Amino acid sequence: MQYDIKLTIGYVYGAPSDHARTLVRLLPTDVVGRQIVRSRLLTVTPRPDERREAHDFFGNAMCTMVFHAPIDRIELTLRASAERLQQAEGLDLSPDLPGLAREIAADRRLDGTAPHHFIGPSVRVPVVPEIEAFARAQVALGMTTLQVVERIGRALHAEMRFETGATDVNTPTAEAFANRHGVCQDFTHIMIAALRALGVPAGYVSGFLRTHPPPGQPRLEGADAMHAWVMAWCGAEMGWVEFDPSNCCQVYQDHITIAFGRDYSDIAPVKGVLRTSGAQDSHHSVDVIPLDG
Amino acid sequence: MNPLPRQRSKAYGTLLQNYEVRPDAADELFAAPGQMRPVWDAFIAQLGRLSPDEVAVHFARGDQYLRDAGVFYRRYSADPQQERDWPLSHIPVILHEREWIDLCAGLSQRAELLEKVVSDLYGPADLVRNGHLPAELVARNPEWLRPLVGIAPASGHFLHFLAFEIGRSPDGSWLVLGDRTQAPSGAGFALENRMATSRIFPDPFPRANLRRLAGFFRSFRDAMDRLPGAEGRRTAVLTPGPGNDAYFEHTYIARYLGLALLEGEDLIVQNGNVQVRTVSGPQPVGVLWRRLDAAYADPLELDETSQIGTPGLVDAIRQSNVNMVNALGSGILETRALMAFLPKIAQELLGTPLALPNIATWWCGQESEKAYVKANAERIFVGEALSGALPFDIGQRASAGGDAFGPDGQPLEEWIEAQGQFLVGQEAVTLSTTPVWEGDRLRPRPMTIRVFAARTPGGWTFLPGGYARIGQSGEATALSMQQGGAVADVWVMRDAPAPEETLFEKGSFRRPDMGTLPSRAADNLYWLGRYIERTEGAIRLLRAYHLRLAETGKADLPRIERIAKLLAALGLDVSLPIAATLQPPLAAARVSAGKIRDRFSVDGWAALADLTSSLEAMAPDLQAGDDTVRAMGVLLRKITGFNGFVHENMHHAAGWRFLNFGRALERADGAAAVLGVFAGEDVAAGLPDLALEYGDSRITHQHRYRIDPTRDTVTDLLALDAGNPRAILFQVITMRQIAEELPRARVNGRLTDVLRVLLPLETDLAVADPGMITSERLAELRERLTQVSTHLSSAYLV
Repeated sequence: MQYDIKLTIGYVYGAPSDHARTLVRLLPTDVVGRQIVRSRLLTVTPRPDERREAHDFFGNAMCTMVFHAPIDRIELTLRASAERLQQAEGLDLSPDLPGLAREIAADRRLDGTAPHHFIGPSVRVPVVPEIEAFARAQVALGMTTLQVVERIGRALHAEMRFETGATDVNTPTAEAFANRHGVCQDFTHIMIAALRALGVPAGYVSGFLRTHPPPGQPRLEGADAMHAWVMAWCGAEMGWVEFDPSNCCQVYQDHITIAFGRDYSDIAPVKGVLRTSGAQDSHHSVDVIPLDG
Repeated sequence: MNPLPRQRSKAYGTLLQNYEVRPDAADELFAAPGQMRPVWDAFIAQLGRLSPDEVAVHFARGDQYLRDAGVFYRRYSADPQQERDWPLSHIPVILHEREWIDLCAGLSQRAELLEKVVSDLYGPADLVRNGHLPAELVARNPEWLRPLVGIAPASGHFLHFLAFEIGRSPDGSWLVLGDRTQAPSGAGFALENRMATSRIFPDPFPRANLRRLAGFFRSFRDAMDRLPGAEGRRTAVLTPGPGNDAYFEHTYIARYLGLALLEGEDLIVQNGNVQVRTVSGPQPVGVLWRRLDAAYADPLELDETSQIGTPGLVDAIRQSNVNMVNALGSGILETRALMAFLPKIAQELLGTPLALPNIATWWCGQESEKAYVKANAERIFVGEALSGALPFDIGQRASAGGDAFGPDGQPLEEWIEAQGQFLVGQEAVTLSTTPVWEGDRLRPRPMTIRVFAARTPGGWTFLPGGYARIGQSGEATALSMQQGGAVADVWVMRDAPAPEETLFEKGSFRRPDMGTLPSRAADNLYWLGRYIERTEGAIRLLRAYHLRLAETGKADLPRIERIAKLLAALGLDVSLPIAATLQPPLAAARVSAGKIRDRFSVDGWAALADLTSSLEAMAPDLQAGDDTVRAMGVLLRKITGFNGFVHENMHHAAGWRFLNFGRALERADGAAAVLGVFAGEDVAAGLPDLALEYGDSRITHQHRYRIDPTRDTVTDLLALDAGNPRAILFQVITMRQIAEELPRARVNGRLTDVLRVLLPLETDLAVADPGMITSERLAELRERLTQVSTHLSSAYLV
């Protein structure tokens, strides 16, 4: 499936900010076997005095921008075209949880896709006993890792209410779970916490959803903004499997990946540090149009 | 049991009675019962000749030095500003140079090994790939900083300055207990301890053979100056700021080495270069001796909640544009669990075993190690695997040897079983003891020594000394200073006299560049000047009020009430206790001064501390009137003492200018405010008098005008007199003169905004008559002064 993507994010500051520096992770990259990026262009207004591109630890594209003169707004526009590849739903080749633990222990990789990075707590996914208890209640002995992932995803989808505006970007995961509501970021962090509590390596994927569903299908939750979902490591044989807890589905052709990391903090789309404080406003719009659908 | 044969013990008086060494521990003083280590002989003999009273006098000299020097450390507690006196144990730990040289050879090898390990962990990760180190110990380690992976340090080395915590085991051999690789502290304290012990034990104590410390610091500083790209750029100490428990040390060592002391906020990164914001604009920085934990160094790529970092620092490092001492991420080497693997890694990477072993460590993430720890729990400390804490610093989650329960009260076995991969066991070594003075004699107490190492072009060099941590009781678990232990100097003695060492090569010196005052420091100096002057003004007004109160004895006389009301208009409430009124500006002055302690001489700080303690010591029930007048007199003399110090002793460099500018501005503003209230057209007789007192100009007035003060004479003297240091015009001229000397005062002939306000203000005052200085004019003048402050801030202070 081919997509045309247009994203606009803007920030307006109450007081001009001195020496603003912004770190942006908005450029989609190729994902082996899943996604090919045909073109991508990120434009920034006002024009930054410095702009550098690099890859972060996980291999995501990262763009640093520095403004030497004070600025009172930033506008970022991404235009990209990407193809999501057809993926067959294969056999479940994942081990059970004790088997998964042995495979993790035997894994001696430290690169960005190694499971070890995604087991322990991270900045936005601390250990939350209530989520752990919830997770334990869902699984039974002998389930495969993939079954565990899908069971947890489904259970959370049933338990939680998708509610725009109920939480914000800094709402703690425990709080979102206690109130059983949130947006894709909260769903994703909670599911990561649940999987890690069971010993399943789990990470955060940011990206887009197609804006309009194929005819006859419901519009997906989160399609009007940037989206997030879960990646879970299902053993050496299957590798990483992606699951979208907001829409309760495995990720195939309706999702376009931008970046992945341990949680939102690793891959926040825009990180900016400003020397001046004061009010700021932001806006954000996304269009993801299938070209051949 | 007395360790000495009877006849020898006599020679030492009562000194060594009750010096009972544990049979299961080594001792620094005695190699074996009755057998004193020869390196202590001369010291103990001389100490033995002193009476207990004389000993007390000697010790008091050292304590006095530490107090005068303002040596303190900060204890983390609810009150972040709580400072503690430095807990010096007066008796040094004495080691022979021969033993020391062997130790340093072992530590040198260890330093090389650690360098290889860290460059692998941030490079190819072969140690993990080849199974020498479990992946999870790296991947789950909070000190393994992913944004730094793949970045080679500009200098080619990750490690430049290290500390090792070592202890002596019962068989007399040395062990490494912990590696300090992140931002090792204590070298400055070691220097201060040495200053103190050289006062306690002056010549003719056996000091000639004592190895000196200055040479080490000189080598380290020179090595930093020689790092790639350091030339022509600044070398600075990067501190987390006054809230840190070792902040004193940061200020001390920065001053000692002639380095700038900077905080994250002082730095900006532009075009990939690290620069310090100074009053002369941004200046390049080539080397940062980092004293803050790496995670806080850059909120953009590391801990996003950090308030003390520099956005873009990682980006500058990525572009090899700044040398970090040590590299960000080096903290991972402090991980306790690493010690379980280092002996084998040494074989792998160096091809030889560790010359100096580290404390036996078992990572409970492995089955056989876990079983061993469970079976031998009574001889093992169990604690967090990823922590860098030393084995005897019992944290929240640790179990002392012999304690059979985990942190949540569960049996130790269950704890280890459930949490194995997060735990290590470390041998519960009984540390050696060293003499400590208690009451009137020496007693053995457990100790460890922190040894410091610096990378130089010629290899690792070691501070021939260090600092020892001494346990308060006989238990080896009570060594932590935060838990009330003490510290001691470490003497490395030669058999022959040691050469003198100096920080600078003979005949050479480094003159610090005065033009590069960091903007933040300038800001604090400016506000220090303002707050001190504000305090002084308040004291003078309160004194004038209480003087009149004392004359009449009644607070409810209309005239006294009127004054109280006018003071209220100036923000002074005479019904409040004096201390409550003066505390806020003085506390603000101290906060400003505390942030720039490195630029302040010890005497200046002491003068300010004295002022504060005088205010605090003032009785809360101070009698209004005469008592208060006297107390205000005392405070005024102290504040004058501080100002005198600033004027007489402080170098008239950029910092002094900002301090004085602040003082001048506040004084001009204060005079305008007081004149506005007390010299208005409608005020009653006698009130202009009070303005004169505020302006300390009564005598001058008598001499000059020979009439009772009137509105006009007072205004003339306090507003328009260019020769009266209490007059507004005088202070405006002062500000103008300072502003002309500031960097970038004229760019291409164009004046700064500061001067563009000050020059017309000066002219207006110079041509004015007293009659023209109405309350409205004074209010407008104060507004112009506010503009001056704003312009000064935006030009120099941010």
